[in-house]
Amino acid sequence: MIGFWILAPVMVAAALGVLFARKAVHAALLLAVVMIGLAIMYAIQDAPFLFAVQIIVYTGAILMLFLFVLMLVGVDASDSVVETIRRQRVLSILVGVLFGVVLALGVAQVSVGAVTGLDGAQPEGNVPALAQLLFSRYVFAFEATSALLITAAIGAMVLAHRERVEPKVGQPERAAQRMREYAEHGRSLTPMPTPGVFARHNAVDTPALLPDGTAAEGSVSRVLVARGTIRSAPGLVDDVAVVSGSVGGREETTSGVKPAEAGGGPSGPIAGDPSSLRPDDETIDEQGLGDQRRGDRG
Amino acid sequence: MTGSTTILASEDLSAFGQDPWWLVMIKAVLIFVVLVLLTLFNIWFERRVVARMQHRPGPNVHGPFGLLQSLADGVKLALKEDIIPKAADKVVYLLAPVVAVIPAFLAFAVIPFGPVVDVPFTDRVTPLQLTDMPVAVLFILAIASIGIYGIVLGGWSSGSTYSLLGGLRSSAQMISYEVAMGLALVAVFLYAGSMSTSEIVRAQEELWFGLILIPSFVIYMIAMVGETNRAPFDLPEAEGELVGGFHTEYSSLKFALFYLAEYINMATVSALATTLFLGGWQAPYPLGGPIWEGANEGFWPVLWFLGKVVAFIFVFIWLRGTLPRLRYDQFMRFGWKRLIPIALVWIVAVATIRSISTSDGFDRTYLLAAIAVIAVLFVGLFFFGSDEEAAEEPAADVGADADGHDFDAFAGGYPVPPMSSATPTRAKER
Repeated sequence: MIGFWILAPVMVAAALGVLFARKAVHAALLLAVVMIGLAIMYAIQDAPFLFAVQIIVYTGAILMLFLFVLMLVGVDASDSVVETIRRQRVLSILVGVLFGVVLALGVAQVSVGAVTGLDGAQPEGNVPALAQLLFSRYVFAFEATSALLITAAIGAMVLAHRERVEPKVGQPERAAQRMREYAEHGRSLTPMPTPGVFARHNAVDTPALLPDGTAAEGSVSRVLVARGTIRSAPGLVDDVAVVSGSVGGREETTSGVKPAEAGGGPSGPIAGDPSSLRPDDETIDEQGLGDQRRGDRG
Repeated sequence: MTGSTTILASEDLSAFGQDPWWLVMIKAVLIFVVLVLLTLFNIWFERRVVARMQHRPGPNVHGPFGLLQSLADGVKLALKEDIIPKAADKVVYLLAPVVAVIPAFLAFAVIPFGPVVDVPFTDRVTPLQLTDMPVAVLFILAIASIGIYGIVLGGWSSGSTYSLLGGLRSSAQMISYEVAMGLALVAVFLYAGSMSTSEIVRAQEELWFGLILIPSFVIYMIAMVGETNRAPFDLPEAEGELVGGFHTEYSSLKFALFYLAEYINMATVSALATTLFLGGWQAPYPLGGPIWEGANEGFWPVLWFLGKVVAFIFVFIWLRGTLPRLRYDQFMRFGWKRLIPIALVWIVAVATIRSISTSDGFDRTYLLAAIAVIAVLFVGLFFFGSDEEAAEEPAADVGADADGHDFDAFAGGYPVPPMSSATPTRAKER
C-alpha cells in the first residue's frame, strides 16, 4: 500500500506531463516513467512475470522504437500548437469525456466475486499459473492474437518492401569503381587526406600541408568551407597574413613579437624556431589555400 | 498437462527474503563495492591484455603491476572540467548518465555469487545473493533494456549529430540483439525448468548448460557483445566514424559514469553467462566432485564465480584486440537474418527433443538416429549450396562493375603496365 501511494502521484504527474510536454522526446520519456511505474505496481501485487514483460516489451522495445522515430524526425522538433484538423481540440475533449463516462459506467457495473487470494489462484507460482491459463483455457485467444500479430508483421513487410531494380553494389564492385575512377580521372584511391594536423592548427577547418608546402586540396570538407559558419578559410587567410606579417617583423627585429600577436593560433614551429622559418613557404601556403577556396566556391 | 508438471522443477526460493535489514544493506553495499573494484580491475586488465597482444607492456608503473593506474585515471577524470554544450537539452543531458549507470548496478541484485553460507560472527545462514525471484533472468533483461535509455537519451540530448547518430545506432542495435539474447535464454529455461538464477545454477550440478546447449551458448556470447557495445560491435561509439558516438559531448564525471556503466554491463552479461551456461558458482568438474569435497561450500564458490566472470571479460578483451569493427548494415543483417532464425530453429529443436525425451515409452536411439540423418542432410545441403554459389559468383564478379561494363585494371597500361606474358585486353567501348 505504501508503494502504491508513493508511485501513484509520480505516475499521475508523469502522465499529465506526457500531455503537456512541449518536446516529443520529453513526452516519450515521461511515458516511460508511467510504464515503469506500472511495472513496479505489478511487482508489488505479486505478478513478477507481468513486471518483467511490461518493462521488456513496452519500455524496452515499443517505446524505444517511438524514441527512435522521434529522434529520426528531428533533434529538437517541438510540437506546433496549430490545429491541423478543424475543431480537433473540441472534438477530442468531447470524445475524451464520453470515453471517461463509458469507463466509469462500465467499472461501476462490474461485480467482483469472492476474492480467493493469490495462493489459491496460483498454487505453483506466478509463471506456471499464467502458462496453464494461456495454454489451456485461453489457448484460442492466444493463437488468434498471435495470428493477428503475424499478419500485421507480414503486412508491414509487404508495404515496406521495394523490388530491387539494379544489381546490388557490393564491396568488390565499389573497389572496381574506385580503380576505374583512378584510371580515368586520377581520383585518389585512398580516403581523403585528413585536415591539417601538422599544418598550423589541428582543426578540421585547416587544410593539411603537402610535402612541398602547398595546401592539400580535399583535406578540408567542402561543406565546412561552403557553410562558412565556423572559422574557415577566409578567416584563415587573414590569419596567415597576420602570421607572415609578424614573421617578417620578427625577422627584422629578431625579437619582441609575442606569440599572441601571431593570429592567436598555436603555431609550433613558427614560435619555436624562427631561424627555420621560410616566409616564402608561408605565402605559397596562403596562395594554395586561396586557390582551393575559390575552387570550392566556384 | 501431466507431462509439464514433471518437467518443472519445484521452485524453492524459500531461502530468500529471510534476511534482516542490516544483512540486506551489507549485501547491497558489498555488491556495489565488488562492482566498482571489478570495474577498476577490468580497465587495468583490458589495457594490460591488449598491450600484451600488441607486444607492448601496458600500464605497469603505478602500484603493483600498474594496478592503481585505473584508480588514478578515474580520479583525474572526475576532476576534469565539466562541459555542458549550449545545444544540449539540460535535464535529459544530466539524467542520461545516471539512467545508464543505475540499471547496470541493479542487474547484479539477482546474480548468485555462491550457495547458502553461514554469516560470520552470527548463527544465521544466508544465500550469497541479494535476492531472487521466479523471473530473475527476465528481470535482468528488463533492467538492461532500461539501461539502453541512458545511451539513447545521452545521444539525443547532446544536440550534436555524432551523438544523435550514436544514440540511434545504439537503440536499433540493442533492440535487435536483445531479441537474439532472449531467444538464446529460452533453451536454458526449458532445461532448467525455471527462470530464477539460483534454480538454474542448481539445475547445472550434473552438467553445465554451456555443454549441452552449445548453440544457445554461442548465440548468447555473440548477442552479449552486441548488447554491451563492445568491439567488434561498438558501432554506437565508433570512433572512426562518430568521434565518440553517444558520449562525444560528455566530459568529466558524466563521461566517467558512462564508462562505468559500460564496464559494469560487461561484468553483468558475463555473470549472467556464467550463471546460465557455466554452472554459476559451482567449481569446474574435476575440482568440484572427486578432488575436493568442500569446493562448493562456504565462501570458496565466490572465487570460482569471479574466475569465470574474468574469463568472459578476457574473451571480450580478446575480441577487441582481434577483430575490426563491423559495418553497420552487415551488423544488422547478421543479427536479424542469421542470429535470430538460427536461434528460433534451435529452440524448436530443443523443445522437440525435450518433450520427446521426457514423455516415456520412447526409445532414445530413434531420436539419435533422426538427429544423425538430419545432420547428414544438413551437411549435404551445405555442400550443394556452396557449389551453386561458387558457380554463380565468378559470373557476377569477374570483370563487370556496377554498370555492367567490363573492367580491366590494366587497360591502357594504367596504373601498372600490363604484364609481358599476358595479352592486354582493351576495355570495351565506354
